Amino acid sequence: MAEDRIALLLRAEIPGVRARLIGALRDFDRAEDALQDALERAWERWPQDGVPDRPAAWLYRVAERRAFDALRHDDVVQRHTTLLGSDAGIAPTPEDLLARADFDDDLLRLIFTCCHPLLRPDARAALTLRTVLDLSQDEVARAFLVEPRTLEQRLVRAKRRLREAGMEWLVPSGAELDARLDDVLRVAYLIFTEGYSATAGERLTRPDLCALAIVLMRRLNRMLRGRAEALGLLALMLLQDSRSANRTDPAGHPVLLDDQDRSRWDGAKIREGSVLLEKALHLRQAPGPYQIQAAIAALHANATSAGATDWDQITALYDALLKVDDTPVIRLNRAVAIAMARGAAAGMAELDRLKSITTLQGYHPYHAARGALLWRLQRRGDAVRCYRTALGLVRNAAEAAFLRRRIAQLEAGEVFTAAAAPGGPETPQSY
Amino acid sequence: MQYMLLIWENEALTAAKSEAEQQAVFAEYMKFTDDIRNRDVFRAGDPLLPSETAATVRVRDGKPVTTDGPFAETREQLGGYYIVECETLEQACGYAARIPGARDGAIEVRPIMQMDG
Repeated sequence: MAEDRIALLLRAEIPGVRARLIGALRDFDRAEDALQDALERAWERWPQDGVPDRPAAWLYRVAERRAFDALRHDDVVQRHTTLLGSDAGIAPTPEDLLARADFDDDLLRLIFTCCHPLLRPDARAALTLRTVLDLSQDEVARAFLVEPRTLEQRLVRAKRRLREAGMEWLVPSGAELDARLDDVLRVAYLIFTEGYSATAGERLTRPDLCALAIVLMRRLNRMLRGRAEALGLLALMLLQDSRSANRTDPAGHPVLLDDQDRSRWDGAKIREGSVLLEKALHLRQAPGPYQIQAAIAALHANATSAGATDWDQITALYDALLKVDDTPVIRLNRAVAIAMARGAAAGMAELDRLKSITTLQGYHPYHAARGALLWRLQRRGDAVRCYRTALGLVRNAAEAAFLRRRIAQLEAGEVFTAAAAPGGPETPQSY
Repeated sequence: MQYMLLIWENEALTAAKSEAEQQAVFAEYMKFTDDIRNRDVFRAGDPLLPSETAATVRVRDGKPVTTDGPFAETREQLGGYYIVECETLEQACGYAARIPGARDGAIEVRPIMQMDG
């Protein structure tokens, strides 16, 4: 029990302590070594002595001492002493300063550093998962389905880039904050969507990544208040995650939105997501893509039944979304919303307009949506061809099994009915 | 005498808990609530959504000003409350100590001013 409690406390404090160490040393690896030493020390002392009053300050104090010892014994001590801005050698943080230390400030700086535009998007997400969300290197590798060695190289390159660029250690301000916050939100959403619909692998979801992205957005919103898009993104995540228990059956196969048991959706997450969205909209900053997507998700989540879904409103929101974020996937989702609001023929006409977009041609949900609408239009042969194209592109085993089931139904000559294919066409939003 | 038991929770600790750990805490709260209901001590009580959902309103120069976030940006945030009927402050503190949140955060015990005379 005491050990559980220590583990929990450490989990809560590690990110802040690590952030402050990286800020003080301007070096991810030295910070990590020092942190690991301090954690070892905590596991030696805390079970006997009890947990200190301010665990983060305790850990930082021990780690800082270790880091300075290591620096002194290191041949690069000269360079780092200059970096630390002290001519008289390395001095530990004075006690009174440490007592007032706000580890959250450093954590916020670390988040902006990890999501720095200098880094490639996949490196940003990997570094954020590793340092801010405290996954091990192996866990991060598993999250992105890459070899641990590949991941390690990716992290090494990212850390080197930041070091070479001088690693500014600050939270951007003014107009720059908006642009940099967009980068941070994109990384958080990338982590979430990676968990929400794994691009490859056996199972449809990796819920641990969704939970981590939500933790990240909670922290961000607590440290940076009054940012409508940041609130909107947390709302969007909670609303989508409210269905997580129902999106796959026990075998891991996707269950379409309309087939899901709505009574099993997580009501607390839906309520919190809806409240956060309302709050974000009340801030009256121009609604960006996350608030609009959250509004769409809220319409799905709060509909009492699939049939009660307000597809006209959803179509209007997709129109608004296209104005701020015109991407092929959003156009696809809008076409599907139109099919639901005005019928399969209207939806098909919209999809035909997207034919020339090459990125969609390689995107399996586009072909699956075409197949679904063609089936509704009684064009079974064309529908099978589309589902086969989708099957050739899909990398996720659970989704592949779903497409095979559709093809089998069509080849058996099954006529489209609500019972044969309950609910709307399959899109990335519909699971 | 009625007492309000304000549950100040460390949200960073709550966030660090796994789904299973959070469910275990929830079950403990249910058990505690059932118990004080059975003893006829419970008068009211609810959990609150996390502080990201909070807004704070002040009226300045006659105009309401609403800001995002809770009243105070501290590590501990109000996470829920109970109103209990007890004879003494000591009894109320005894119940406060049994609230699961007391282990991670703190319970503030405040006697309620009776307005009905």
